[in-house]
Amino acid sequence: MSGSSAQLRRLLTLVPWVQAERELPLAVAAERLDTTPKQLMKDLNVLWMCGLPGLFGGDLIEVDLEAAEDQGVLRVSNADYLARPQRFGAMEAAALVVALRTLRDAVEPEVRALVDRTLVKLESVAEEGAELADRLDVAVPEADADPRARQVRARLEEAVAQQRRVRLSYWTPSRDETTERDVDPLEVLTGEGAEGKDYLDGWCHLAEGRRLFRLDRIVALEVLDVAAEPPQLEPLDVSAGIFQGSPDAAQAVLRLERGARWVAEYYPVMDAEELDDGGLRVTLQASDPQWLVRLVLRLAPHARIESPAALAAAVANEAHATLAAYDGT
Amino acid sequence: MTTAKSERLLNLLIAMLVQRHYVTKETLRRVVPQYHDDSDEAFERKFERDKDELRSLGVPIEVGALDAFFDDELGYRIRPEAYALPEVALDADEAAVVGLAARVWQNAGLASAASDALLKLRAAGAQVDPGGLDVVSPRVSAPEPAFDPVWAALSSRTRIAFDYRRSDASEAEARRVEPWGVVSVRSRSYLVGFDRDREDHRVFRLSRVVGEVRTEGGPAAYEVPAGTDVRALASRVVRDTDPFAAVLRVRRGRGHGLRTRAQAVAPLEQGWDRVEIELRDLEAAVDEVLSYGSDVIVESPAILRDRLVARLEALVEAAS
Repeated sequence: MSGSSAQLRRLLTLVPWVQAERELPLAVAAERLDTTPKQLMKDLNVLWMCGLPGLFGGDLIEVDLEAAEDQGVLRVSNADYLARPQRFGAMEAAALVVALRTLRDAVEPEVRALVDRTLVKLESVAEEGAELADRLDVAVPEADADPRARQVRARLEEAVAQQRRVRLSYWTPSRDETTERDVDPLEVLTGEGAEGKDYLDGWCHLAEGRRLFRLDRIVALEVLDVAAEPPQLEPLDVSAGIFQGSPDAAQAVLRLERGARWVAEYYPVMDAEELDDGGLRVTLQASDPQWLVRLVLRLAPHARIESPAALAAAVANEAHATLAAYDGT
Repeated sequence: MTTAKSERLLNLLIAMLVQRHYVTKETLRRVVPQYHDDSDEAFERKFERDKDELRSLGVPIEVGALDAFFDDELGYRIRPEAYALPEVALDADEAAVVGLAARVWQNAGLASAASDALLKLRAAGAQVDPGGLDVVSPRVSAPEPAFDPVWAALSSRTRIAFDYRRSDASEAEARRVEPWGVVSVRSRSYLVGFDRDREDHRVFRLSRVVGEVRTEGGPAAYEVPAGTDVRALASRVVRDTDPFAAVLRVRRGRGHGLRTRAQAVAPLEQGWDRVEIELRDLEAAVDEVLSYGSDVIVESPAILRDRLVARLEALVEAAS
């Protein structure tokens, strides 16, 4: 979008908004319009030269530039014809309608009626967008479709804000066990990793180290009446992915047949090599051997551990032990 | 430069918006002072570009004959009811719900479209702050990089081309598609559209789009056939099989992922529990139970047990 298109777009929202509010703090308007106060002052200077055809004194839009400059307050008048914002664009309307439909499916029945009422009103002013919305639906992560899981997140966010220690019952799938841990929460990370999961970043007193906890694996949560006292820690840099692993951790080489190629899409692999039979040889972090054994069992028989040999043996042992349990049944 | 152009565009818009009837190009040239210094040719060029720019911002400029009997002279107008957001009349709790819903989006494209829409509601006087609502919104992420460009193309009905890799193929293939819809089935996003080379509709998993999504040509290039049910088309490809009941033996303290979904858990002898659970999709169920190794043993149904044993035997055989 060109500079003037973006500017015009802001003005067509700003003018009705300021008129509706009578006056509006410059800083608030700039933030909502996703621009700087300085840019917004430039936008106001455009208005100054605009108005009804003819553009004589009384035709011009009145802008209180002094109030904007000295007090940081916006006032605009004499622009009745721009008293209402533009209609929703199709994408805007669809984004709201789909968001409401998504919310509707995820809330308790008491709230659902309210969402339904709101949808009816919005759809009535967004014909084209509502039609477009019918052709878009989005994936709500399983954990988020559940109001209880969202409650866990909300309580953790509150614990972070109030700097309170929490006690988690936490399930570790690679070992398939649940442990109780006291954690000083640092931050709730949303939609991270390949599967877009939510995590709690915190100082774990059981592990005496910083750990990430997947929210959907928190079985029970208690906010303790104890102040959190985590050691001084840098904010986590998740820009390169959430599982960075240490470079010197053990590595494993897996041979994936066609049917198991998806593994390379789902888990961070360090290296992938195409094979002649349509398979893939991948190298990945083996910092959690049990996880890897479980992954290969899940993929049976479409994946094989090429190295290390000890892990391949662990898979074979587990397979034999499992088969033995079926003997005689 | 930007300022002068913005002034010109805004004055042009106002001039067309406040007139009851169509206005000629010459009148617009006269009443918008920013056109005054232009030669005829420069004005013509600028006027056409300005109209296009306003239209791309969603301003509905109508063209019509000035006179009902003679259609040789054309004029322009913007009808206020076509331009402006109609009265929405949201109650306080309804406005708050809209504000809450907009937080659903974690993905950049939809989040900014939703916040633009929210700002328009605010400009229309609605208080869309969800503060008073005691509801936690779900959050939707669209991690596939292809989502935003596909969604933009879908909204404007623009043809796209991309490289696509089927899960059973190592090479990506170029595809040319008219997008009809984006649908999620079991937490995965799929594009449904008309494949221009195969001349039929196809379903594409967005996570398998490789590299850039390119647009081909301009907007409004095709129509979505009336009555197209994109959800039905997608779910025909991505089948969700009927649920079935299973009984498992699960070592105590293990199989938590299964236990949380269990219908009933009853203790058995020597550190084992009997877990009754409803599973979907046989192969997915085998995958899941396999991952627990010897901690979870299938009692029934026989087909689940047989399939699991067969896959384990194949694994053991391949390893030896």
